[in-house]
Amino acid sequence: MTNNANVAQPPPSADIFIKGLWRENPVFVQVLGMCPVLAVSNSALNALSMGLATCFVLVMSSTLVSSLRNFIPKQVRIATYILIIATFVTVAEYLIQAISIELHKSLGAFISLIVVNCMILGRAEAFASKNTVPRAMWDALGMGLGFTLALLCLGGVREILGNGSFFGISLFGSRFEPWIVMILPGGGFFTLGAWLLLFSWIKQRRTAREGLS
Amino acid sequence: MNQSLGYIFLNACLINNFVFAYFLGICPFLGVSNKLDTATRMGGAVSFVMLVSSMCAFGIHHFLLAIGAPFLQLIAFIVVIASTVQLVEMIIKRFSPVLFRALGIFLPLITTNCAILGLALFQTQKGYNFLECLVYALGAGAGFTLALLLMAGLREELDITDVPHVARGTAIVLMVAGLLSLIFMGFAGLGG
Repeated sequence: MTNNANVAQPPPSADIFIKGLWRENPVFVQVLGMCPVLAVSNSALNALSMGLATCFVLVMSSTLVSSLRNFIPKQVRIATYILIIATFVTVAEYLIQAISIELHKSLGAFISLIVVNCMILGRAEAFASKNTVPRAMWDALGMGLGFTLALLCLGGVREILGNGSFFGISLFGSRFEPWIVMILPGGGFFTLGAWLLLFSWIKQRRTAREGLS
Repeated sequence: MNQSLGYIFLNACLINNFVFAYFLGICPFLGVSNKLDTATRMGGAVSFVMLVSSMCAFGIHHFLLAIGAPFLQLIAFIVVIASTVQLVEMIIKRFSPVLFRALGIFLPLITTNCAILGLALFQTQKGYNFLECLVYALGAGAGFTLALLLMAGLREELDITDVPHVARGTAIVLMVAGLLSLIFMGFAGLGG
């Protein structure tokens, strides 16, 4: 990790931001950080707050890792990254506790488990440690929002089908029979599997069309 | 907190299986469950690290409470788990090179397995004493190994079946995992 990387790098472009949202979406494309995705996506509110907490930790730690990248010895870099991430997760946990005790309770140990989300360590190692601070921040923001978006996709579907509501607002009235299975752990696997199926189908159709033309 | 040790074991292993009920350790669960052989080794390695880090986490929790710094808990846990993994790696390398070669890349990967950190956090939350912590760690390790073995067996079968092209890869594995998770809910009756 030398300084010559700094000179040649262009300023952050929109592409760095957008690739995290869609083309390299951490959940749907890279299948990273699965544990919190499945565990807390049983309602849209939980999913949104977990996504934002992860986004916060990702942006802060990427910024710090990127700004310290010339001082961290190569041999202990992973340990250093984990320490930096753990510090910000502790900050996030106390923040959530201060904002809403109820939310803190429903997310439970999964806030602390952001530390071992492989997506965050992956971004620190693969992007932040090699890029300038603005680029690292921009990339982290894209990835974090992509992660939040994916969580919302899952949480939304699971809450609508499993509870008949969206963000706690009832959608179908009292005659709706909720699909309890969607709220249960199994529903998490099914919903994510279904989303992946949908994306794979879209991709297949696109390649088929390109093959024709 | 007067649960019997047997109940704690069953609870961690079957009723609240770490993979199927808590969604912990999904990454290795999806990553190394394509062959029975590697799944067994990974399960063994994870169970062992769980046992050691659970004991360490118990000590650390009480030490941090004594000096009045509970906000250091998370940072201390993750550092201890990382160093436990390193230590276990060195010990195995010294005393059993055969086992060391068999485990290969899996050992360092265990550091970022959320099941280990989850175990440390849950046992603290539940306020288990030392013996209960040990049994809880054993149960969680057994449950993780069981989940991995079941999945590996199913995926070996899946390889030779005719899966629709769209569903190949992660999607079908997730569907199977969902079904397994529903099956494991049947164990909820054991808790009474």
